[in-house]
Amino acid sequence: MSRFAPGDKVRVIADFTRPGHVRTPWYCRDKAGVIERACGAFANPETLAYAKDGLPKLPLYRVRFAQRELWPDYGGGAGDVVEIEIYEPWLKATEE
Amino acid sequence: MQDDNTDDTHDHAHDHDHGTRDFQPDLEDTHPFTEAQFLETALRELLIEKGVITADELRGAIEFMDGRGAHLGAGVVARAWTDPGFKARLLADGTEAVELYGIPIRPTHLVVVENTATVHNVIVCTLCSCYPRNLLGRPPLWYKSREYRSRAVREPRAVLAEFGTTIPAEVEIRVHDSTADMRYLVLPMRPEGSDGLSEVELAELVTRDAMVGVTVPRGPARAAAE
Repeated sequence: MSRFAPGDKVRVIADFTRPGHVRTPWYCRDKAGVIERACGAFANPETLAYAKDGLPKLPLYRVRFAQRELWPDYGGGAGDVVEIEIYEPWLKATEE
Repeated sequence: MQDDNTDDTHDHAHDHDHGTRDFQPDLEDTHPFTEAQFLETALRELLIEKGVITADELRGAIEFMDGRGAHLGAGVVARAWTDPGFKARLLADGTEAVELYGIPIRPTHLVVVENTATVHNVIVCTLCSCYPRNLLGRPPLWYKSREYRSRAVREPRAVLAEFGTTIPAEVEIRVHDSTADMRYLVLPMRPEGSDGLSEVELAELVTRDAMVGVTVPRGPARAAAE
């Protein structure tokens, strides 16, 4: 079951210290974005990388971030965005 | 493989002087074997010695990987340019559409992103080098470089400019960071002046870099001039 649907506003959790094989890029942590699509459920890389089974599978989303949210001094177009794949436990709902 | 250069039985006439000229060093001489290289060699030799794989199977796997290349992706793009039904399918479910086209890519999950007059897509993997190898072959060195991986999300327009690509300010740059289980292919815009070309001729206009999004396909006149 996916908790989020396309268009939902989310924020990446502000976990800057989790060790190991983490596939949530540093530059989007604690940043707000919008769900672009749900991709289905996939094995958890944070355990899969250590020869475990990666279960339970985690819902994966593509999240769209405005460049100016990621980099306040971004110098390109105001509409420029980055889309990043993020696993559900890294996301929380937000009203912003 | 190592040449035995201690053997001094070569049979050419000695009308030149050995040992006084500076030669460009061979690649193998410029840095010591790394730990990873030792590990790879040891593992490979053990797997073969113990009969887990044969040397020919290993060679065959490398040949298969090297045989995949941008011509595969180019064929998919050309089909999308000429068949609106296929294009719709490709954008809705890239994996299924490419399988139907005849390229087995499962278990890869393919997301195809379309360039339009208002959106230009660029692909990067900031964490490593995730790349649609089934359709484009092995990624180029620059794609794996720290510079591309870090700058493509931070200042994509400057990176594109270094590839000779200027995207108008009013066009949205959409960077896709391939961080997890999806792989991405850019469906470029069909270039002007390509009306009347066959699907095969169109595929010749589609380059690897255009499907990563760091450039755009040239029309037939410009492609021929280059």
